[in-house]
Amino acid sequence: MSAYETYFSTVPFLAMIVSAVAVPLIVAFGRKPNLREAVTLIAAVIKFILVLTLLPDALAGRAAEWVLFEIAEGIDFSLRADPFGVFFALIASGLWILTSCYSIGYMRGHAEKKQTRYFASFALSLSATIGIAFSANLLTFIVFYELLTLATYPLVVHSESKKAIAAGRQYLAYALSAGLLMVAGMAWVYMATGTLEFTPGGILEEGMVSASGMKFLFILFLIGVGVKSGIMPLHSWLPNAMVAPTPVSALLHAVAVVKSGAFGIVRVVGFVFGPEVMATYGLNIILAVASGATIILASLIALQQTNLKRRLAYSTVGHLSYIALGASLLTTEGFIGGMMHISTHATMKITLFFCAGAIFVHTHKSDIRELDGIGRAMPWTLGAFTIGSLGLVGLPPVNGFISKWFLVSGSIEAQMWPLVVVLLLSGLLNAAYFFPIVYRAFFREGEKRADGRSVWEGVGEASPWMVVPLTLTGAMSVFFCFFPDIPFRFFTIATRVTQDIMGGGLPL
Amino acid sequence: MPEWLEYVHDRYAYWAIVFLMIIGLYGMLFKNNLHKKVVGMIIFQNSMILLFVTAAFKWDATVPVRDAEIDVNVVGNYLNPLPHTLMLTAIVVGVAIVGVAFALLIKIYDNYGTIEEDELLEKLQSPAPEDDDSEDSFPSKGGSV
Amino acid sequence: MNHIPVLIPMVLLLGSMFAVFGRRSQENYLPFLIALGAMGLSAVFSIIGMVYSVTEGPIHYHLGGWQPPMGIELILDPLAAFFCLMITLVATVVLLHGEERVRIEVGDRIPAYYSSALMLVGGLTGIVLTGDLFNLYVFLEISSLASYALLATGRKPAAVSAFRYLILGTIGASLYLLGIGFLFMEVGSLNMSELAVMIPEVPVTAGLSAAAVLIVIGIGLKMALFPLHGWLPDAYTFASSPATTLVAPIGTKVAAYVLIRVFLFLFALDFMKEGIHLTTIVGWMGAAGVIWGSVMAITQRDMKRMLAYSSVAQVGYIALGIGLANPLGLIGAVLHAFAHCFMKACLFMVQTNFLHRLGHYDISRLDHRTRVAMPWTCAALVVASLSMIGLPPTIGFFSKWYLVLGCVEEGAWIFLAVLLLSTLLNAVYFFRVLEKVYLRSDGKAYDEGDIEADQATPSCEVGARMLYPTLVLAGSLLVLGFANAWIVAHFLQPMFPVW
Repeated sequence: MSAYETYFSTVPFLAMIVSAVAVPLIVAFGRKPNLREAVTLIAAVIKFILVLTLLPDALAGRAAEWVLFEIAEGIDFSLRADPFGVFFALIASGLWILTSCYSIGYMRGHAEKKQTRYFASFALSLSATIGIAFSANLLTFIVFYELLTLATYPLVVHSESKKAIAAGRQYLAYALSAGLLMVAGMAWVYMATGTLEFTPGGILEEGMVSASGMKFLFILFLIGVGVKSGIMPLHSWLPNAMVAPTPVSALLHAVAVVKSGAFGIVRVVGFVFGPEVMATYGLNIILAVASGATIILASLIALQQTNLKRRLAYSTVGHLSYIALGASLLTTEGFIGGMMHISTHATMKITLFFCAGAIFVHTHKSDIRELDGIGRAMPWTLGAFTIGSLGLVGLPPVNGFISKWFLVSGSIEAQMWPLVVVLLLSGLLNAAYFFPIVYRAFFREGEKRADGRSVWEGVGEASPWMVVPLTLTGAMSVFFCFFPDIPFRFFTIATRVTQDIMGGGLPL
Repeated sequence: MPEWLEYVHDRYAYWAIVFLMIIGLYGMLFKNNLHKKVVGMIIFQNSMILLFVTAAFKWDATVPVRDAEIDVNVVGNYLNPLPHTLMLTAIVVGVAIVGVAFALLIKIYDNYGTIEEDELLEKLQSPAPEDDDSEDSFPSKGGSV
Repeated sequence: MNHIPVLIPMVLLLGSMFAVFGRRSQENYLPFLIALGAMGLSAVFSIIGMVYSVTEGPIHYHLGGWQPPMGIELILDPLAAFFCLMITLVATVVLLHGEERVRIEVGDRIPAYYSSALMLVGGLTGIVLTGDLFNLYVFLEISSLASYALLATGRKPAAVSAFRYLILGTIGASLYLLGIGFLFMEVGSLNMSELAVMIPEVPVTAGLSAAAVLIVIGIGLKMALFPLHGWLPDAYTFASSPATTLVAPIGTKVAAYVLIRVFLFLFALDFMKEGIHLTTIVGWMGAAGVIWGSVMAITQRDMKRMLAYSSVAQVGYIALGIGLANPLGLIGAVLHAFAHCFMKACLFMVQTNFLHRLGHYDISRLDHRTRVAMPWTCAALVVASLSMIGLPPTIGFFSKWYLVLGCVEEGAWIFLAVLLLSTLLNAVYFFRVLEKVYLRSDGKAYDEGDIEADQATPSCEVGARMLYPTLVLAGSLLVLGFANAWIVAHFLQPMFPVW
């Protein structure tokens, strides 16, 4: 069914399973933190290397595939590393290495409890994420999708405070309902088409479902994947889930979980419905309106937040909808922009979360108003923060500029002028909620203690376990602006996938 | 004879069975005394048995025991033996159930001293204190379980 | 080889006769060993029969050499073999698990207990295998008798609830008998395969419809189909834990199996669907049961009662699948019966383990120390709960998947909505327990003392004989989840050829 030439390979499976295998080891070494964290790091590195080996073939249009067994009548449980999957898997597994280092610093610096459960759940979530990336069909996708929900639940309730438990309940309620609606939609697609394979250009064709049925079906899917990607009004679990430890927020709530929602949107639009059906039934309008509204509203709400992590969370909600918006344009540039934003937002937002975490662990400050003058105490951290903010606003020389450029030119190409306005306006709003933080950090004097010295005096950078990763991600954000294609060829993959979806004839 | 009366008359045996059945059901569902419920149950079961036996009945036929005088190949000469044999089994089953019912009744009487349903409900609704009332059920270290 | 169909129930029933003898003492292990041996043997026969029926085709066995319609016929087809295997396997595991508790809760009536247990399982396998409607009635009553006796063990009110079950169960069985009486009058046979040929040829009369309705009501009472479920929650709650663990998973499922056979093989499906709309009615009863059972389960504090209400809901799923009356729905129904058998057994085992070690199974009194004290039992609880909720990759997800497919094919959107809603309700009542077991409920954040407190909580995990059966069943939920396509292809699809 696939448009890609496939060959048998166990690598996608191995890449998926490696962190799941690490889980029992992590649990077994629960009383020996050094060994436990070594396992995490080793698993992360192996995972990344495995994913990396899939890259050349994916670029050549060959997809490694392993059909494990028939999971339900007529549907295989199979993993296929098609270019889009490799793209997402690269981002998730690459950033996992950095997050693991960061986690070590954070958890130790913060003397967190139940670290074993934390690292184990984290590893399991990564397995689920890679599984989502490599799923060859919807059923496999949903298996990992639900697994991701379950694996991240212990992370959300980590502190076991009342607030965390409430957030966990809300998260489960949202994510499970979404999964259910997706199961219903999936059953419908299966009965209509007889297949669930992801196929570039879509598996649904015109006339397979009635026009109103098609809209309903799309909404089922939109809710299904939209909850994880925080499309309004399904977003409210995300800010509340910020009670989780910051590394969780960083990797899962900026990269793995929410991006698998965004990834799902692109999968649904490009590989299940297909651009033609989307356009014929006007489904892209639904998506465009939902995502456009989310971008603006989320930015406005972000402006009102004074808790740094909550502000970042609302910013995430907004930026995830950039991806959905890119998909809804149904133009080449739109798809490229959307996909690029998966990678660019990942590096930028993870930087910001890393910074927020470093500040919190090191100074126990989480309110924006308390951060006056902190830039002088923690120059590297706040420097990285500045880079991330610039990128999210969409300014060069940070990679956010690239994706935004494509999104804007895609909307112009599609002649969707309201969306152009949305994108530009949201850039301004981004600036409005990020720059004050930067301004406070660098250009305002910190509070004075009773003895007249600044509160920041004597406060240095956080532990190198944390500062090095965040500096690296910040540097990566800049690097990818100039060389989006080096070394992981993100841009080439995005172009390639877009061509497959659009069925266009642009040669590579 | 009017038509409806003929209808009733032709099936008078069945009406009797239906009557029995209703008595049985009434006893099982609405009697307060559990013992009377069992009696209702017996009536109910036996009405079923009668139904089968009645259904096997034929005019001018004899019992299904082979007789040299009577031609076995004519269907109308003998009653249908199958329902009779089936009902033999059903009677055995019924007796077994009644036995279990009585055993339960005895146990109920032992436990509560009554087999009147309303009194039982009263006693069930205010249950005896729980067997285990300790707030903290975790054994302390080294303690026996 | 051809005697397999009769050997499966006969071994159990013979074992039942022998087990009843012996000393009435807590130290009498003989009945247990007899029961275990008989169940194990029967399971082995089921496996042989399963392999044989899949490779060579169904075995038709005529008891005593009497040909049907006079004699009784036992039919071992792949589906029946599969069900027999499920019943005997689960019963064996439950028996192993319950041994210790039986000695505590049943006391010196051990011989009677094991005799009843064997009779129950023997009766249930008989129901599955028989090809004769009256014989089915006899087996139904054999198994019911045993379950009345088993459910009367345990706490004081158990006798009352078992008596109520007896009254309602007898009404159900009698109505079933009345139904086959009507059928016999209309058609003139009680052999299932003969009936399947003959029923479509006779004119549809009021008698035939009445027969169908009565049979469905009778079986509905036995399987606790809403609103005929009144006996179930009390009976399961008050009975001794090992008895509930034995009866709950397999009892209602076999009744559901009978319903499927009656619908599918006896009466033409079209007659049930178009003629008297019986499938639709059963479907709606199922849907109502799903919602009612789930809502009631949420309000329970007593874990056993919660599981009992959840059984009502799960039976509703099966009825809903039958009500869809298309191959996918029926596959979903059978697979769910199968899945539920394993997960409910596992959950009742977990509840028994809690009772064994903590002395209670009151949800509101469980707390996060349970996790530390009984890590493996809690892990089993997690897996079984996920399966009950219907999350992949457990078997519970896949049975629901077929039901959902069936709903979509039939265009039964309300049933679909019921399925999805009930999944959420299931999530509510199972995560409530999981939260209790795994997380602190006092709302305090962790502090320094907690790690030491955790380490100081002694491990009071149950012994291996109770633990391993629990874990085996929990593991089987995952294995079955992965193997579901194989099960469907080999055992279920041949039975529902209208794919």
